[in-house]
Amino acid sequence: MSGTWMTTRAWLLMLPLLVVMVAVIGWPLVDTVNLSFTDAKLVGTGGNYVGFDNYTNMLSSSNFSRTLVTTTLFAVISVAAEMVIGVLAALLLNQQFHGRAVLRALMILPWALPTVVNATLWRLIYNPEYGALNAALTQLNLIDAYRSWLGEPGTALAALIVADCWKNFPLVALIALAALQAVPRDITAASLVDGAGPFNRFRFVILPYLAGPLMVALVLRTIEAFKVFDIIWVMTRGGPANSTRTLSILVYQEAFSFQRAGSGASLALIVTLLVTVLAVAYAALVRKTAGSAA
Amino acid sequence: MLKTITKTLVGAVFAGGLLVPHAFAETTLNALFMAQAAYSEADVRAMTDAFTKANPDVKVNLEFVPYEGLHDKTVLAQGSGGGYDVVLFDVIWPAEYATNKVLVDVSSKITDDMKKGVLPGAWTTVQYDGKYYGMPWILDTKYLFYNKEILEKAGIKTPPKTWEELGAQAKIIQDKGLLKTPIAWSWSQAEAAICDYTTLVSAYGGDFLKDGKPDFQNGGGLSALKYMVDSYKSGLTNPNSKEFLEEDVRKVFENGDAAFALNWTYMYNMANDPKDSKVVGKVGVVPAPGVTGISDVSAVNGSMGLGVTAVSKHPDEAWKYIAFMTSQATQNQYAKLSLPIWASSYDDPAVTKGQEELIAAAKLGLAAMYPRPTTPKYQELSTALQQAIQESLLGQSSPEDALNTAAKNSGL
Repeated sequence: MSGTWMTTRAWLLMLPLLVVMVAVIGWPLVDTVNLSFTDAKLVGTGGNYVGFDNYTNMLSSSNFSRTLVTTTLFAVISVAAEMVIGVLAALLLNQQFHGRAVLRALMILPWALPTVVNATLWRLIYNPEYGALNAALTQLNLIDAYRSWLGEPGTALAALIVADCWKNFPLVALIALAALQAVPRDITAASLVDGAGPFNRFRFVILPYLAGPLMVALVLRTIEAFKVFDIIWVMTRGGPANSTRTLSILVYQEAFSFQRAGSGASLALIVTLLVTVLAVAYAALVRKTAGSAA
Repeated sequence: MLKTITKTLVGAVFAGGLLVPHAFAETTLNALFMAQAAYSEADVRAMTDAFTKANPDVKVNLEFVPYEGLHDKTVLAQGSGGGYDVVLFDVIWPAEYATNKVLVDVSSKITDDMKKGVLPGAWTTVQYDGKYYGMPWILDTKYLFYNKEILEKAGIKTPPKTWEELGAQAKIIQDKGLLKTPIAWSWSQAEAAICDYTTLVSAYGGDFLKDGKPDFQNGGGLSALKYMVDSYKSGLTNPNSKEFLEEDVRKVFENGDAAFALNWTYMYNMANDPKDSKVVGKVGVVPAPGVTGISDVSAVNGSMGLGVTAVSKHPDEAWKYIAFMTSQATQNQYAKLSLPIWASSYDDPAVTKGQEELIAAAKLGLAAMYPRPTTPKYQELSTALQQAIQESLLGQSSPEDALNTAAKNSGL
């Protein structure tokens, strides 16, 4: 009897949380699914049911496929770079050297700044007339004339990826650094005695300790990079000639600029589905890595 | 002692309690403005302070967003059930706002004095389907600014009267080695590019729409884009123009790095401010040029109005605030960054003093203002055109093909 009471009490204690969860996650999701089958406008009338029209129109549009490619490129390259730079930074900051504490604190800065501030900063750096990047590269004789980094389709996406890396590698570094501190010293010492070189020591002694936490970082960063909006919106608004338009920008334009809430909802759900598939795939990978590490 | 303090505190709380009903009688308005071009944020705050001083029972919360966020913020706030009482809106939005019931029809509130006093062209800013959806507040068009010193050094006596002449003068400046790329525009993938394009469409006598269908892909609309592409490819136009917004154009011009620049009224006084600018006293301004045989000058209607939203709980106070903000007295007092909507202000020395050249250009430019199309689908049309402009500039497609695609994607 006391057991049932305990269970009931547990549910009662969780009730406020459940109510909040349903209110802030469950209901909007149901509402969005419902909306995605209508031709509703953002303001004004509720709209009529149109079946799967929004989905078929969206999936068959050239805008969607082109944007999907851009988004994937952005996510894959920036996350890969962030992982590599993050781990290297963590390995460096794990060494004993003068000023390490200051450097650790400084590294967090780009990640702690609001994205809009970051993006504005990088816009200034890339400025084609007075930007620091152009000034530096000309002084180093790497380029002979100032270039329009965000104005050329060939460089705009790369410039955005660099800005995104700068902002987000500290997160990876932080997670990797925490994991590195957990590597027992006697094991690394033993590997030294056994004559392991730096690469082998990293590959066979340190990496197994890092694998699990890095997987978490990878999942987090991939999902975020796939949903990227603000850094691009501030820096290029999807230009030049839509070469940096990502899925989230397409959702924004559809739902808010053009006010087609129904069609925007369908696209938002397609993006949600893609991200979920990625997350599930990663989760399986994490389980496998954790299993092999144990 | 402690008792006295307690008593005083209790007394204060009671006194405060008595004041509460009074505080509730106060009305608070939420107003949305933009943070660049035309009136400065400080100007808007000062105007609003003057209003609340005259109307102590009304409080106004001001919010400023960049122009690029103004439309979406207005619509989003309304869509999410909250919203502003007073919003600033661009001339291109009344059709959409009226159709979607974002703004209320204020036709009955506009007095005969207002109707008579305001420049006729300004009213097109707030009208749709014969009804008024607010008061015009910013009367603006793009002017051709030029650097007097550079033109003088190049031996050019008068600023260009036609777009061909502009190109020819830019070529002289370039050939003499005075500037590498003499012309600056705002051709970023944004509404700014459409304003420059519209100015050229008006010069070439083109149409955006004919019988509700896209017509910019033919005639003047096509010539306008061809001019942009030619000017870009010839190297006379600063190639960075394709990522510039108005503020970037201003900085380039103020730095002395452009001989010609197309921009709004506000640049005139800013470029003459020694705090910001290296070209103080060298700023020339004329209406944007015309095309031989078609037009004398060209201009885009870039005006903006203030309206009361459909969700406002205090429409009367909101209108009172708008009437104050758009009144001739207020506008004359702040005529440095944005010219008044009132016809007789242009003969008032308090307004014209120190900016005679700008007023002279305004008289011609404002009279020639060409509208961007009034359609509820404007945002889609604009997005499609922005893409067409950028693709042609980048050489990804010919102006003909780009505009035909834009016509297909315009939603019309």
